[in-house]
Amino acid sequence: MNRKGRHSSKEEINRNLKDFKGHSLIPERDIEDPPILEITNLGIDFGGLTAVNDFNMALGRTEIAGLIGPNGAGKTTIFNLLTKVYQPTRGTFLLDGKDTKGMNTIKINRAGIARTFQNIRLFDKLTVEENVKVGLHHEINYSLLSGMFRTPAYRDGEKDAHEHALDLLSIFDMTHLADAPAGSLPYGAQRRLEIIRALATNPKVLLLDEPAAGMNPSETAELMETIQDIRDRFQIAILLIEHDMNLVMGICEAIAVLNYGQIIAKGTPSEIQSNSLVIEAYLGKQKEV
Amino acid sequence: MKKNLKNKLKNMTSYRKKSVLAYSIVILAFIIITIFDTLGFVTNSLYGQLVPICVYISLAVSLNLVVGISGELSLGHAGFMSIGAFAGVIASTVLQESVVVAMPRLFIAILVGGIIAGIAGVLIGIPVLRLRGDYLAIVTLAFGEIIRNVLNCIYIGMDEAGLRIATSAEKLGLDPINGKMILNGPMGATGIQKLATFTSGFILVLFTLFIVQNLINSKQGRAIMATRDNRIAAESIGLNVTNFKLTAFVTSAALAGMAGALFALNYSTVAPVKFNFNTSILILVFVVLGGMGNIVGSIISAAILTILPEALREFSDYRMLIYAIVLILVMLATNNLTFRAFIDKYIGKITRFLRPKKRNPDFPQKEEV
Amino acid sequence: MTFLTYLTSGLGLGSVYAIIALGYTMVYGIAKMLNFAHGDVIMVGAYIAFYSTSSFGLPAWLSVIVAMAFCTLLGIIIERLAYKPLRGATSLAVLITAIGVSYFLQNAALLAWGSAPKVFTSLFAKIESFKFFDGQLVISPETIFTVLACIIIMLVLTFFTAKTKMGKSMRAVSEDNGAAQLMGINVNSTISMTFAIGSALAAVAGVLLCSSYPTLMPTTGAMPGIKAFTAAVFGGIGSIPGAMIGGLVLGIIEIFARAYVSTELSDAIVFGVLIIVLLVKPTGLLGKKIHEKV
Repeated sequence: MNRKGRHSSKEEINRNLKDFKGHSLIPERDIEDPPILEITNLGIDFGGLTAVNDFNMALGRTEIAGLIGPNGAGKTTIFNLLTKVYQPTRGTFLLDGKDTKGMNTIKINRAGIARTFQNIRLFDKLTVEENVKVGLHHEINYSLLSGMFRTPAYRDGEKDAHEHALDLLSIFDMTHLADAPAGSLPYGAQRRLEIIRALATNPKVLLLDEPAAGMNPSETAELMETIQDIRDRFQIAILLIEHDMNLVMGICEAIAVLNYGQIIAKGTPSEIQSNSLVIEAYLGKQKEV
Repeated sequence: MKKNLKNKLKNMTSYRKKSVLAYSIVILAFIIITIFDTLGFVTNSLYGQLVPICVYISLAVSLNLVVGISGELSLGHAGFMSIGAFAGVIASTVLQESVVVAMPRLFIAILVGGIIAGIAGVLIGIPVLRLRGDYLAIVTLAFGEIIRNVLNCIYIGMDEAGLRIATSAEKLGLDPINGKMILNGPMGATGIQKLATFTSGFILVLFTLFIVQNLINSKQGRAIMATRDNRIAAESIGLNVTNFKLTAFVTSAALAGMAGALFALNYSTVAPVKFNFNTSILILVFVVLGGMGNIVGSIISAAILTILPEALREFSDYRMLIYAIVLILVMLATNNLTFRAFIDKYIGKITRFLRPKKRNPDFPQKEEV
Repeated sequence: MTFLTYLTSGLGLGSVYAIIALGYTMVYGIAKMLNFAHGDVIMVGAYIAFYSTSSFGLPAWLSVIVAMAFCTLLGIIIERLAYKPLRGATSLAVLITAIGVSYFLQNAALLAWGSAPKVFTSLFAKIESFKFFDGQLVISPETIFTVLACIIIMLVLTFFTAKTKMGKSMRAVSEDNGAAQLMGINVNSTISMTFAIGSALAAVAGVLLCSSYPTLMPTTGAMPGIKAFTAAVFGGIGSIPGAMIGGLVLGIIEIFARAYVSTELSDAIVFGVLIIVLLVKPTGLLGKKIHEKV
């Protein structure tokens, strides 16, 4: 319903769209709608050191985009900026047309950005199902007192939450693990659970920080399919950081390459693969003989 | 029917099973002690301990909510207990004429104790919970000491004109004939009418269990535990971390206040010094020994450690020394990997042997559900 | 003139707090733990000094050295047995263990030396008070020597951490434990060394404290310990000048609160100051801000 941007001015959208259309970065199917995420000139310094500078990007409503670059390029810093773990030194970004200036991590999640972490951050002592239910927190409708005194509202809320959690777990075929403590899961399953927990908060944008890290090729292939399924089913935008080029080239519709905190290239997978700047960033400059 | 029940139990989450176990233990203990009492098996010294046992169980369970479930070390639990104690005594004394029957007066006094301690919990919790870790612990300690210091300087009396509050006995200007001193500075409350009974203590324990366990099983409880396990992740999924820590802290303070009120109304005099840092540590020992986050453990360790010193009177000099050693050993045993591996190797064998082969080792007795 | 008298006794008390706070701050900076038992090491030091003079007839200066040696050993043993096995455990677990150690020391002292208070003979009993302004301002030798001791200790420690090899490795461990280990620094012995220094300082503090306030009981160290921790936090934990400033400020506040407000409320006022400082500046006056990596 609210697909048209509410707060950004028409001119702004048109300008952005023109820009993005020109680069043909936003997929055809999303081009009619204003982008879900519009990042303009985002930058952050850490005590004089510029970690990210002049970062510009737009994300279509159902786009899958990739953020790649060598280690230390500032990829995770961008995720931290988008989730307000850090407040930007310069620039800002619009989420669904709304300026996010002054928001904190909690508000940004409620506004529609959810993420996973490079170094997995689950609630280890809670079960798999409870981890998902914590993500569903704001969906469950009953008060503190009704929980303390076990009113019918509590029972209904918990029943719905249970069903909803199992439904989400079925995305990755994890329902049989519902009662296991999250900390006891194998590495790959923990990564998947983090994605489910993020999805439980009903986001518009999902940020995945190295979702395939530590997975074997067949697991990665499965993950690629699931990421696309998630996009299709929930109709959300996904931005991912990944070192596995098969995954990035296989499912991303647009890719931004970062080096030393700057975007050095933007484009479709095939454009990126043949970009000399990208090859240089990854492999170093070819020595002249 | 039987199968139905079995299925129902099977479908319960582990938290639910543990809470059923907790209720069962408390109810069973109450029934056994009541039967023993009517048969005349309960000695005077044990009888005198029954209300304190209930009070300490409630305190341990409520402190576990902060230390075990919310993961913050509070060293000022006795402070909330004392606020509840004196608020309860004042309420009970004021209502002496209007509410003549003991039980409802006790009920109101406990409620007042809980509410006032809960308010103190909000006032203290809001600044304290902005801090983390060791800093938070030391500030709760500071608040506990401040409460005791301030209570030492408060004099409250009652006469025809109503309640009077002052900073010294002279300033109170109490009517020398009809006036009644309720709170006498460092001497504390004197001439308390003893209202507490074992039954009321039992009900308080049940109520504490009810609130704490239901909270743990609710969405707020999950959020509290999530915040404990990973603060950054909790914020990333939109949970207001401070709010949930405050929920646990205030609930715990209110329950401690209720326990404090019952405690004070079990004696004829209670002085603020009773609620010093040592008492806070004692409750912490119950929680740590019973297992942080383990409600059943808190109940058992609070009960045993309250009875034990009476039973082993000749060792009373060594009691606190033994507590100290136990505290250290439990922390080493639960947190040191080599130590834990050693224990798993030897004690694990025994517990595995003792456990039934069926699923759900902590399965409660069917009859008591 | 009474103001000046209060100020000097405030400085005296503050210097004791500062010496204790130095022990807290060094251990916290390096082992990242709140050594709750530090206050009770003070009490043990005072008892050792007391018995070396009263039972063995040692001269005062020698009793201080005996107390320092004993406490150094005690500090190392505590660290080895109770804290070292918990390296890497949660701060909650370490803090509870430290509380256990504190309780152990208090109750062991109670069994060994009884609960009856001992009257501690001042180290400086033979020295006369210093009189200024025709006897209007009298400063006790305890105050003078305590302040002097505090200044000397502070200077020596600053030199030690800045210039010596051991001091440098302490700073390295406090900065980044893992990196220090990779650079070939023996982290365990550095931490032991820190405990040793902190505990020796605690013995000095115990003797100085009991010289000014002669009642010695198993709980003597608890309150000054907590207040000195307050001082360390006030100044910014991990910072040596911070501990000094925090200790002096806190001592002066306490004496003034006792003199001008109320004796009963003086502790409440001291703790109130701690709470306000932590709320306004959660890492203390000279403390560093710590970021958690995401």
